[in-house]
Amino acid sequence: MKVGVLALQGAFNLHIQALERLDVEATEVKSPENLNSVEALIIPGGESTTMSFLIESSGIFDALRKSSDNGMPILGTCAGMILLSSKIIDGRSDQKHLSLIDIETRRNGYGRQIDSFESDLSIEGFDGSFRGVFIRAPLVEKVGSKVEVLSQVNGRPVMCKQGSVLVTSFHPELADDDRIHAEFLEMLSKS
Amino acid sequence: MDEFNHDTGTRLVKRGLAEMLKGGVIMDVVDSDQAKIAEDSGATAVMALERVPADIRRDGGVARMSDPEMIEEIKNAVTIPVMAKARIGHFAEAQILQSIGVDYIDESEVLTPADEAHHIDKWKFDAPFVCGATNLGEALRRISEGACLIRSKGEAGTGNIVEAVRHLRSILGDIAKISQADSAELFDWAKRLQAPLPLVQEVSQTAELPVPIFCAGGIATPADASLVMQLGAQAVFVGSGIFKSEDPAPRARAIVEATTNYLDPSIIAKVSRKLGEPMTGIEMDSIETRLAERGW
Repeated sequence: MKVGVLALQGAFNLHIQALERLDVEATEVKSPENLNSVEALIIPGGESTTMSFLIESSGIFDALRKSSDNGMPILGTCAGMILLSSKIIDGRSDQKHLSLIDIETRRNGYGRQIDSFESDLSIEGFDGSFRGVFIRAPLVEKVGSKVEVLSQVNGRPVMCKQGSVLVTSFHPELADDDRIHAEFLEMLSKS
Repeated sequence: MDEFNHDTGTRLVKRGLAEMLKGGVIMDVVDSDQAKIAEDSGATAVMALERVPADIRRDGGVARMSDPEMIEEIKNAVTIPVMAKARIGHFAEAQILQSIGVDYIDESEVLTPADEAHHIDKWKFDAPFVCGATNLGEALRRISEGACLIRSKGEAGTGNIVEAVRHLRSILGDIAKISQADSAELFDWAKRLQAPLPLVQEVSQTAELPVPIFCAGGIATPADASLVMQLGAQAVFVGSGIFKSEDPAPRARAIVEATTNYLDPSIIAKVSRKLGEPMTGIEMDSIETRLAERGW
């Protein structure tokens, strides 16, 4: 089992470290060829405008949509959630998004860095709370009927799943708690 | 935001943003048009300032925090994080920057220092701080004061990478040595570096700085970005190098691509073609004011 982490920009190393703590082979994905060698993909936090520019220039955009059509499990955190969503509000007008989960996200919907926060989340299926770290986080404005909402903050979804795609508006890779990564690997073993 | 149980301004939240900026390019901009060009070219953040370092160097005089109005305009023009500079030790400028919602404060030697002995107590702020360093001792002193991100100082506004390379090699070289040192030697390291012992012990154990380290000062080409990333920088700041060049947008995009693909010379060769003239550089021996010597 080999899991890729999109390594164009952002906190990809922290995801690789989380996967390694769970004894999974993890590798950086910077090209369509890299993507073909992995069974699942994590799209990390970072700047979504930067990543959407690089995901296209690297040729990964088209390759990733094809892999997802073939059922590849994908986890997107923060900027990763934005890139996977079906509509981006307050993004750049030409910002690329993959439309692999039926949610609308508002960039920086929780405010600027000064409003970034930590909060204890209750997540469906988890015993005990999970420390969610929200950094200039996207706000989920709308979810489609096929989307499962697994956690909410203040009445707004912060963790959602549709088929093989799992997204969080917070950063599980910053939390020192690998349960969300373990959950994602569980999805992979079932797929 | 409505009321719910949450904590802002925590160490994790402040250091977390630096993690999100890794592998990216932070660009100096002087107005909202430049800020938009930077965002469209893939910058992860912009540094809002009235004059880029090359112009500060040329003009001389006292360089201060930028006009809050100008910073607001840039904030409103882009969706990416906006950083701004306060003078070393000038906590009142930093308070102003925090109050207008700047995402990262750079306590910067590019501006004229306000205090000859003290840097800002950065723990007092909810906004995160980045500080420059020329060596490991300086980096650890800044971290002990609450900096969440360290950058090499380089020699800003010169378009000459030599000083940034010296600083990176010094910081990362000493980290490598400390990680090999035995516990008794760490007391001497702390003394020599003039840095707090607990931080020296932490570096020895983890073999890395407790916060991310980026490169700043003198980056002018995609190859410069690749060089410093290969030396161990985790992202790059480009000051005068973009908007003092002949054709800023393509150069900005090329430096973004080079920072991501820093290990692939064929990609860097591709993006380096036909970029026009880079900024004119300055030889170190010919400069009068060494900005890197500011701060202690």
